[in-house]
Amino acid sequence: MSFSDPSPLESAPGPKVRAVRDEFHGDLLEVSMGPHHPSTHGVFRMNVTLDGETVVRLKPVFGYLHRNHEKIGENASYLGSMPYTDRLDYLCSMTNNWAYALAVERLSGQAVPERAEYLRVILAELTRLLNHTCLAGFLLQDCGASGTPLMYAFREREKILDLFESLSGSRMMCNFQRFGGCRTDATPAWLEAARALADGYGAFLDEFEELLTGNEILMARTQGIGRLPAKLAVSAGVTGPMLRAAGVGYDLRKVDGYGVYPRFDFRIPLGDNGDTYDRYMVRVLEMRESIKILRQAFATIPQGPVMDAKARLRGFRAKPGEVYSRIEGPKGEIGFFLVSEGGPNPYRYRVRPPSFINLTVLEDLCVGHSIADTVVILGSIDIVLGEVDR
Amino acid sequence: METPDQIRDRLLARFPGAAVAVVANPGPAAQHSLLLGVAHARAIAEFLRDAPGLRLDFCSNVTGIDWLDREVTDVATTTTPDPAGGPAKVVEQKTKRLVPGRLEVVYHLYSVELKHGPVILRLRTENRSDRVTVPSLTPVWRSCEFQEREVFDLYGVVFEGHPDLRRILMWDEFKDHPMRKDYVEPDDYEWEPTPHGDVLARAKRHYPATEAAPKEEPKP
Repeated sequence: MSFSDPSPLESAPGPKVRAVRDEFHGDLLEVSMGPHHPSTHGVFRMNVTLDGETVVRLKPVFGYLHRNHEKIGENASYLGSMPYTDRLDYLCSMTNNWAYALAVERLSGQAVPERAEYLRVILAELTRLLNHTCLAGFLLQDCGASGTPLMYAFREREKILDLFESLSGSRMMCNFQRFGGCRTDATPAWLEAARALADGYGAFLDEFEELLTGNEILMARTQGIGRLPAKLAVSAGVTGPMLRAAGVGYDLRKVDGYGVYPRFDFRIPLGDNGDTYDRYMVRVLEMRESIKILRQAFATIPQGPVMDAKARLRGFRAKPGEVYSRIEGPKGEIGFFLVSEGGPNPYRYRVRPPSFINLTVLEDLCVGHSIADTVVILGSIDIVLGEVDR
Repeated sequence: METPDQIRDRLLARFPGAAVAVVANPGPAAQHSLLLGVAHARAIAEFLRDAPGLRLDFCSNVTGIDWLDREVTDVATTTTPDPAGGPAKVVEQKTKRLVPGRLEVVYHLYSVELKHGPVILRLRTENRSDRVTVPSLTPVWRSCEFQEREVFDLYGVVFEGHPDLRRILMWDEFKDHPMRKDYVEPDDYEWEPTPHGDVLARAKRHYPATEAAPKEEPKP
C-alpha cells in the first residue's frame, strides 16, 4: 500500500504530516478500528495509520448498516416513508419526521395549523435535550468515565422517552408527524407533564455540569483536541453544534426561521476554539436555550386542531416539481430532497444526513492526535450509524 | 438574493460561451435551478463561491437523479378555416420523440456568510451507459467529497478530479449501481429461510442440489 499522499486534499488544513516514504516507513502501523468497537457508536470502521500512537492517516469506512433507504423511499408512498424516517437517526425520530413532513408540505403547498407548529417545536426541542444529553453521556463514556455520566444522561432520557411514548405510542420510533400537522393532539395532562420536565431540566443540567464541565480529566482529554477551523467547517458542510462550536453562527432555526421559531426568544451559543471541549460545551448551552424555547412554547401554545382539514394522507399525490427542505436537527442540518412526477410515490427521495457529512472532516480532526483521542473526537462529532449508512 | 435568471445573466457575462440555462420547477416550492454545461462547471462553481453578493460558501446537499429514456408525445395542432364559413377544422398531429436517459447531479448551495440560498446547480451526463463523466466540485466545496462518492457508488456518475473516488456505502467488489431506476437485485442476493414462497422459488434455481426437485409425472 502506498502512503505517499496521506492527506489527498489540497484544501485540507491541519498539522502537516511528514512524508512517510522515508526510513520510518516500516514503523507505520495500520489499524482497522471497528466495525465492532464500542467507541464507534455502531458499526463503523476507521482505517487508521499510526506512527507510534499518533494518527497520520485515517479513512472512515461506511456502509455496514446500508439498506438503501432512498430506494425504499422511492418505492413507497409518501406516507409509507414516514415511519421509515424514524430509523434514520433513531435517537431523534421526532425531528426526522418533522424534516420529512416539512419537505412534503413544501412540495405540495400544504398548510399546517398553528397548534401543530407549536407541538412540533416542543417535540423538536425535547428531542434536542434528549440527543445532547445522551451525547454528553456517550462522550464521557468514550473518555473512559465508565458508567456514571451515561447513567445520569439515560435517567433523563428515559423521562423524555416516557413523554414520547404517552404521546405517540412508541418510545423511539415515534412516527408522529404528518403532512399537514401531527397525528394526535397532546392532552392538557401531557403538556403539563412536559412543562414540569422542562422546568426541572435546568436543575439536572446544573447537577450534570457540576459533575462534568469543570472536571479536570474531561478538560485534559478534550481541550485543544480535534480543532476544527471555521473556514474548513463551512467548506466541508459541517452543520449543527459542531459548526457553531467552530464559531460560525449558523442555526437554521434563526436563518430559515421555519415553523414558529421566529416567535421565540433564544440565543445561539458559539464556541471559541472549535475543539472537542467546545463541542461539548455548545451542546450544554444549547440545551439551556432549548429549555427557554420550551417554556415560551408551553406558555403560548394555542388551542385548535392539529391537522389541517385539507390534508390528505392516504392516496396522497404531489404535483410535479421538486423541493429541498431542511431543518435544524440536533445533529445538524437534516434535509429532504424530493422530486415528484405526480405519482403516488416520489420519483426521487433523498435524505441529507448531517452525521454522514459531518464525518467529512474526521481525518482532518484526528491527524496529529493520538489514537485514544480519535475515540473522543469521534464521540464529539455525534454520529448515528442508522443515518450515516442509510 | 438574486433570482436564478439574474445569476444566469451574471454567469453568461462572466463566462462567454458557457452553457447555463435555468430549469424551471413547476411545483409550489418554485426552487428553480441552473443547468450548467460540464465544460465550465468547475470555473462557475468557483465563481459562485467567491463572487460578492453570492458567496455561496456552503454546499449543503449533493445528490443524483436517474432519468430513464422516455418517450414524449408532442401535439401540434393546425387550424384550417372553413371557406364556407363553418367551424374551423382542427387537425391534431402527434409526434413521438425519444428523450434519451441521463444521469443528473444536483448541488444545493447556500451562503453561510450572507445567510441566503438555496442556489441549485445541475450537471448532466450525456447518457446512462458510457459517457457518465462530470467534473467534480470537491476542490471547490469539501462537503462534496463523501456525497460525490455516494453518487458515484449508487448512480455510477464518474467525477473527474475527485481526489478519492471509491465506493462508499456498497462494498468495493460490488458491481452495479443500486439507485438506478433499472437496477435489478440478483435473485440469490438475500437467500435466507423465509416463508415467502416466491423468494424460495427464485433462490432454488441457484441451489439445485439442496432441494430435491419434484419428479415430473410422465405424460400419458
